[in-house]
Amino acid sequence: MNIIPFESGLMLAGILFMLGLISVLIRRNIIFMLISVEVMLNAAGLAFIVAGSRWAQPDGQVMFIFILTMAAAEVSVGLALILQIYHQLKTLDTDAANKMKG
Amino acid sequence: MIFYIASAVAIFSTIMVITRYNMIHALLYLVVSFLAVSIVFYVLGAPFMAALEIIVYAGAIVVLIIFVIMMLNLKQESVEQERKWFTKNIWIGPGILSVILLGELIYIIASDPQTIVMGAQAVDAKNVGMSLYGPYIIGVELSGLLLMAGIVGAYHLGRQKKKVVHRFLKTAEE
Amino acid sequence: MNLLWLIPALPFFGGLLLVIFGSRFTKGISGAIGAGSVGLAALITLIVGYDFLSSGQDFYRHVAWNWFSVGDLSTSFAFYLDRLSLVFIFVITFVGFLIHIYSIGFMAHDEGFTRFFAYLNLFVCSMLILVLSDNLILLYLGWEGVGLCSYLLIGFWYEEEKNGYAARKAFITTRVGDTAMAAGLFILFWTLGTLNIQEILTKAPEVWAAGSAMVVLVGFLLLGGAVGKSAQLPLQTWLPDAMAGPSPVSALIHAATMVTAGVYLIARMHVIYELAPLAQLWVGIIGAVTLLIAGCSALTQFDLKRVLAYSTISQIGYMFLALGVGAWSAAIFHFMIHAFFKALLFLAAGAVIEALHHEHDMFKMGGLRKKMPAVFWTFLIGAGSLAALPFITAGFYSKDQILWYAFAGEKGNVWFFLAAIVGAFVTAIYTFRMVFVTFFGTEKTHISHPPGKLMTWPLLILAVLSLFGGFIELPHTLGHVTVFSDLLSPVLPETLLREGTESSEWGVQIAAMILGLFGVYLAYLFFIRKPQMTDELQSATRELHQFWYRGWDFDALYNVLFVRPFVFISTINKNDVIDKFYTMLVDLSTFFNKLFAQTQSGILRWYVMGIVGGAILIITITLITKT
Repeated sequence: MNIIPFESGLMLAGILFMLGLISVLIRRNIIFMLISVEVMLNAAGLAFIVAGSRWAQPDGQVMFIFILTMAAAEVSVGLALILQIYHQLKTLDTDAANKMKG
Repeated sequence: MIFYIASAVAIFSTIMVITRYNMIHALLYLVVSFLAVSIVFYVLGAPFMAALEIIVYAGAIVVLIIFVIMMLNLKQESVEQERKWFTKNIWIGPGILSVILLGELIYIIASDPQTIVMGAQAVDAKNVGMSLYGPYIIGVELSGLLLMAGIVGAYHLGRQKKKVVHRFLKTAEE
Repeated sequence: MNLLWLIPALPFFGGLLLVIFGSRFTKGISGAIGAGSVGLAALITLIVGYDFLSSGQDFYRHVAWNWFSVGDLSTSFAFYLDRLSLVFIFVITFVGFLIHIYSIGFMAHDEGFTRFFAYLNLFVCSMLILVLSDNLILLYLGWEGVGLCSYLLIGFWYEEEKNGYAARKAFITTRVGDTAMAAGLFILFWTLGTLNIQEILTKAPEVWAAGSAMVVLVGFLLLGGAVGKSAQLPLQTWLPDAMAGPSPVSALIHAATMVTAGVYLIARMHVIYELAPLAQLWVGIIGAVTLLIAGCSALTQFDLKRVLAYSTISQIGYMFLALGVGAWSAAIFHFMIHAFFKALLFLAAGAVIEALHHEHDMFKMGGLRKKMPAVFWTFLIGAGSLAALPFITAGFYSKDQILWYAFAGEKGNVWFFLAAIVGAFVTAIYTFRMVFVTFFGTEKTHISHPPGKLMTWPLLILAVLSLFGGFIELPHTLGHVTVFSDLLSPVLPETLLREGTESSEWGVQIAAMILGLFGVYLAYLFFIRKPQMTDELQSATRELHQFWYRGWDFDALYNVLFVRPFVFISTINKNDVIDKFYTMLVDLSTFFNKLFAQTQSGILRWYVMGIVGGAILIITITLITKT
């Protein structure tokens, strides 16, 4: 029951990562971009767990904990920034924040 | 078996996440995706991680996003906006790039087939804990620093100062 | 002689002091330094001259320091005094000193008082270097120095635009001549291997045969330089406009000294001209034609100083004519006398203009005979010298000598003589036209204030010199005093006469006297007795009158020949074709900048796409290189 080929785990992580990537590239709404980034992070963490499970060592899981921590911090700061953007630009459109043009 | 079912659910719900117009719907699908991934973790022999995923990721982060969305008080027009921005042509460019990337990734993974199996042995919380506070103690410290930076940063950035317009300018507006 | 270097050095240091500290000096101190340095130089000239003449040596040579040595050329700052340069420094320092004294009075109310004296001192220093120099490069230094000071002084009142224009015109026109002279110097060095004047004069007959092409070329090139500085044909257009400067400037630079630099050059290099008869002939031709053209133009001018300017051009034409027929010492004699009376005339004209509150038009003056007697009498004496009134004025003796040699000299011919004598006639007419219109008749402008002592004393001294300066050289028929030509005989060759002409000297003199007096009478007739005749004559010959007034239209000619094509070319090249090459580099980089700036669209998704693209690229490359 517990026989899972190694490649499938990595491929699952890869597919989830791709989906998150496509979503980041497509969406114009900032919050959707944030959500997509979360998807990508999750996929990366999955890859680490798979790797750790392959060698039956806790290192992968430790890395996943770090990723989790970082994602939490990033989301909170990111949401604070989103609040600021909404306050300044009155919209959640990323294309409106193009003052760095040229 | 469970692994394949759970991975199928995860992929399907992620596809749902990225194609919704309504933010809350997308987030709910995201929660489902996280649950599925958590099951995968458990199958792979990382029970502690499975639990942690649900608690922190699905339970804290997604909820945080939902709170902010509610705070922004977006109306129906945002949904309409999303519908407007989502055209068919938008998928072409990113689609091609991502497919290429995925292709390369699968090529790399599949080019070296190893007959290794996973999940035979579960690595439980005790091992993880000992590893964390043993060799990876520095990472723990840094994570603490990172979290504090995150808290202070989020507080400071989230503050909104009231814009004070000079009374002369105010009378010009009105 | 040890004091020789002081003669140019004193004015130089005076000028330097005024340049550096001038703003802190009062007008009295500036005037004292300016005039005093030249006065001291004059004194030292006397001492050195006496010493030199009594020692019986042929020359003094004093090497100050070695200037530069490049390859075969070794130039030093060396001063060479012989009798020719002695005459010149005597005139320069004395007349210069008198003009400096005059300027203290003339420029007393001017703000640029110190600047004026600084420039004047620098000018005197450059001129002295020019005549005292031992080699042609140092001479060229002095040459350029006087050109620069002339530019500075003509445009002295620079706030008025036309003064700056006149100064630039002078500088550029003389520059054309200077370039020809520089080419001459190059050829001299290339063939003779030295630029030391005395060495050139001894080597030239050895290296070149008489009449060879090279020496004629050198003669013509040096003539080109002389023509520029001395305002002869074809470069004479700058001198009438140079009257925009103050009157002391016109007196010093454009009458007595700078414009005679050309005469000095040709006299100094007489060996070259003796080897190149064609060049010497052309010196005479240029002199003869110029004196006629300038004389005719002087007849039509109504600005007092312009009449004097054209008169200067004409008189220097006489000097060139003398050089052209080989009457070397006669030319130098005329130079000395001309310096006296022309400086006198300019200073007196300056006094008149100043007293009448800067009124330059002769026909608006009149009746000044009674109001300004000192100026009137000195002006009359100067005019008499210019018109060569018989026996009493110095100008008679100097001009008469030239007329005689033009007729009877070895290289003289009847055309030169005719030109000279017609020129004398015209000179008499326009000179006394000037006197009668300015000083006689009814007073049309009132005097604001009469000239002071500082301005009248130099006039008196110069008047005395104009009267009595000629007695050192009397012709055969009148006592045959040859003090001056004896003085110069070691340096300049003697003038030979054609055979069979000695007896006609009386005839030539009488003809000249009669024509001169007739010219004075004509002027009297036209301008005092029957002024309506002038109006009738003028309206009858209106075209000719205007043509002569415009200086025979040389300005218009040069405008069409040189100025218009140059302006045309520079208008076409307004975008500067050569510059385009460098701006093209700039344009190219700007273009690429704009191109690449478009990748910075400010849109977040664009940047993420960039990251993804980059990742794909790297992974692909890694995969490809691994397999």
